[in-house]
Amino acid sequence: MADRIEKRIELKAPVSRVWRALTDHREFGEWFRVKLDGPFVPGQMSRGHITHPGYEHVRWEAVVQKMEPERLFSFTWHPYGIDPKIDYSQETPTLVEFHLEKTATGTLLLLTESGFDKIPSERRAEAFRMNEGGWTQQMKNIESYVAPKP
Amino acid sequence: MTANRQAPATVFAALGDKTRLLLVAKLCRGQPRSISQLTAGSRLTRQAITKHLRVLERVEIVHSVRTGRESRFELDPEPMEEIKKYLDLVSKQWDQALSRLKSFVER
Repeated sequence: MADRIEKRIELKAPVSRVWRALTDHREFGEWFRVKLDGPFVPGQMSRGHITHPGYEHVRWEAVVQKMEPERLFSFTWHPYGIDPKIDYSQETPTLVEFHLEKTATGTLLLLTESGFDKIPSERRAEAFRMNEGGWTQQMKNIESYVAPKP
Repeated sequence: MTANRQAPATVFAALGDKTRLLLVAKLCRGQPRSISQLTAGSRLTRQAITKHLRVLERVEIVHSVRTGRESRFELDPEPMEEIKKYLDLVSKQWDQALSRLKSFVER
């Protein structure tokens, strides 16, 4: 059984544009929906909070791993580390990697998230609870965001 | 049995082994199987197969049922389904984040 998630997406934008959207902390925040305290620096903790309506109390924490310009951006984090009362720092994080490749029409983005074998089972249960509670609303938020503006 | 659920789930780790994956595949066919049946056709010894079955038992993917003098092993798909659901959930979130990224860089 695979312990990773892999996504491929073709973007009709130059690699330099995609790189900026990924690694400029303000631009990253725009599409990821997080307000970050400062720029991404390899080896350093990135902090902030989620800006999704209804999830503003949720902190964002990730450790930036690699920033190889226009090629690779990666960080480790705790997926669904959403309960402010729980210290997730003792748990093994998952690794998120964005690989970029130039194509004829723009950029191929390959996303992988790996390391799910170390996630405690309690956390998975928590993710499901969160899913039941707020997912429907979240879907609506996303829909209204991506829909073309008149 | 219930105490196991408190421990960190290592279902992935348990399945990250060819022999164990093969055992699960054999058990997927439905009926409970004895250690002898599971050892048949394998290069591994009975003891080795038993050890692998214990690993799967510990993460509650399989459980044994005693019939007479021998134990038969049966698949319990629940933990695997739970993991699949979790990954689907995280996966769906990435789909949405990436589609927001797409409209962000393409506008």
